[in-house]
Amino acid sequence: MRTLKYGEAIRAALAHAMRRDPDVFIMGLGVDDHKGIFGSTKGLAEEFGRERVFDTPISEGAMTGVAIGAALNGLKPVHVHMRVDFLYLAMDQLFNIAAKWHAMYGGRSSIPIVVRAVVGRSWGQGAQHSQCLPSFFMNVPGIKVAMPTTPADAQGLLLAAIADPNPAVLIEHRLLYDIAGPVPDPPEPVPFGKAAVRRPGRDLTIVANSHMAVESLRAAEFLSGHGIEAEVVDPVSLVPLDRRTLMESVRRTGRLLVVDTGWTVCGVSAEIAALAAEEAPAALKHPVRRLGMQPTTCPTSKPLENAFYPGASGIAREAFAMFGRGFPEGGVPEQTSAFKGAF
Amino acid sequence: MAIDTSDAVELYRRMLRIRLAEERIAGIYPSDKIQSPVHLSIGQEAVSAGICLALRPTDHLHATYRGHGAYIAKGGDLGALFAELYGKESGCTRGRGGSMHLAAPDVGLMCSSAIVASTIPVAVGDALASAMRGRGRVAAALFGDGAIDEGVFFESANFAVLKRLPVVFVLENNGYAIQSKVRERHAHEELWRVAEGLGLAGARRDGDDAGEVFSTMREAVEDVRAGGPPRLIEYTTCRWCEHVGPNIDLDAGYRLPGEKARAEGRDPIRLAEESLRGRRGLPGAELERIREEVRREVEEAVAFAQRSGFPDPRTLCDYTFRAAS
Repeated sequence: MRTLKYGEAIRAALAHAMRRDPDVFIMGLGVDDHKGIFGSTKGLAEEFGRERVFDTPISEGAMTGVAIGAALNGLKPVHVHMRVDFLYLAMDQLFNIAAKWHAMYGGRSSIPIVVRAVVGRSWGQGAQHSQCLPSFFMNVPGIKVAMPTTPADAQGLLLAAIADPNPAVLIEHRLLYDIAGPVPDPPEPVPFGKAAVRRPGRDLTIVANSHMAVESLRAAEFLSGHGIEAEVVDPVSLVPLDRRTLMESVRRTGRLLVVDTGWTVCGVSAEIAALAAEEAPAALKHPVRRLGMQPTTCPTSKPLENAFYPGASGIAREAFAMFGRGFPEGGVPEQTSAFKGAF
Repeated sequence: MAIDTSDAVELYRRMLRIRLAEERIAGIYPSDKIQSPVHLSIGQEAVSAGICLALRPTDHLHATYRGHGAYIAKGGDLGALFAELYGKESGCTRGRGGSMHLAAPDVGLMCSSAIVASTIPVAVGDALASAMRGRGRVAAALFGDGAIDEGVFFESANFAVLKRLPVVFVLENNGYAIQSKVRERHAHEELWRVAEGLGLAGARRDGDDAGEVFSTMREAVEDVRAGGPPRLIEYTTCRWCEHVGPNIDLDAGYRLPGEKARAEGRDPIRLAEESLRGRRGLPGAELERIREEVRREVEEAVAFAQRSGFPDPRTLCDYTFRAAS
């Protein structure tokens, strides 16, 4: 084990995969520049050469198709997008071609591409640099989807995605990039389909992903000081979803609060709430509650932006309400809003 | 470039295979045994036959929903084609893809797609893989004139030129996107020139003449294989049939004036027969023998499709994800 920041862990996974497998290559706007996608690809072009780490035109649709065509021939492209919002431009290739390939062509070949895309937040990223779109990729069968929260997840899921014969989308969150944590050295894959219990608790299950898992842990600490032990379960992998771990927790606690990094409508939280309704209705002592981005376009003005996102205080408030309690004095210290790094 | 008689005969045979197979499909279609919409290539056979003979069997072709011609000409199994149209497990994509998603990767027909232009970047990525591994293989993107209405064509052309990838863009211009004419969609009708500004050199050739398609395509394919820049060739051709469905619709009101006479005067199969009998002196009996052979192949393919079984509904979700090996 060693301690790495999230972005460094991604870089470590890429370097590890590229050393072991000459078929792995990285493409995307800016992957070979001096900033290297918030450090996650920094220096790799120098180490592995510009044939294996190369810049692309801003052509998300065609470049996704290019990755597909390369993958069809045994190569393993990792296609990087600095902002997930730009993936709207790649939807045709991702959904009509990559996701369907294996089934549509009778199961004889598949498309092992990895798409990495970063969710932006803070410092007025605004309407088109802040979206979180996992539910799009969950909705179309044929794509594996994960939202790594910890450096170990980021490193391990990326290795698993590269090794997987199917298309995989990894949605990273910009606010996680500077969080440090223990990671296996040498890197090891973390399998898709396994949720992580981030914190055990008996009273309430909070299912939360990505940056909202971090916020939920802070909320859980606060709740603990007021007599409520929340279990925080991070799905990590959304396709496939670890239904068993999620529902075991719900059956144990009898209360489910789902906190998603994206919007609630037709989102990850809707899927997990539906799962509880289908698989554990008798266990529920309280209606399922959900939190996510407010159902509007992300603003840039700070007071509006703060109201747009859920945070530790809001999560704790919702949890207290599920026990018929009001929010106690003091409140949860708000998360840092000082983030102003390279966006 | 001169064409050997053996190549001329092979072009004729492949065109005939497409024509007779599709005429058989059109005949069967009203019976509802074919459970997939069909976009026929009748009238356009010279393009598929010519480009596929110019490609090596190991070269890769990425085609479109009007793909029966490409599938047949690249060497796809005829029985597996009919079985696919019948929705049978023995179909080329196990009854999953249907007419619009034919694939025969063992002979280099990698994919075909119902979304216009969507296989163009895949062909470019295929060429990238070849370039990263020694450039032995050429990829060809086959698409219609409708595909250059899409932005992804230009994105793909730009990247191919930028990286000097071994790819040939084949623009099969039949004049229509469904019923919309080129002139209703483009102010500039010299389609082969549309990507010149990106550095993609193009040429317009006669797509009714299989020999011309073959020789011009072969020159382009071998040039890009040897390290030349990507190329675009526009082949002008004529779609005899409706956009989708089994009927010839040259008399439908939307056609350009004189198009029916052009189609009848420039039937690629008759042009090939005239050339083989006249210039190359093949006896008529030899052509009839080939026709009979192809007819028998088609009948065997239909019989294979009919006696094959449907997929088991329990396998519905089997290919959503590929299991790790």
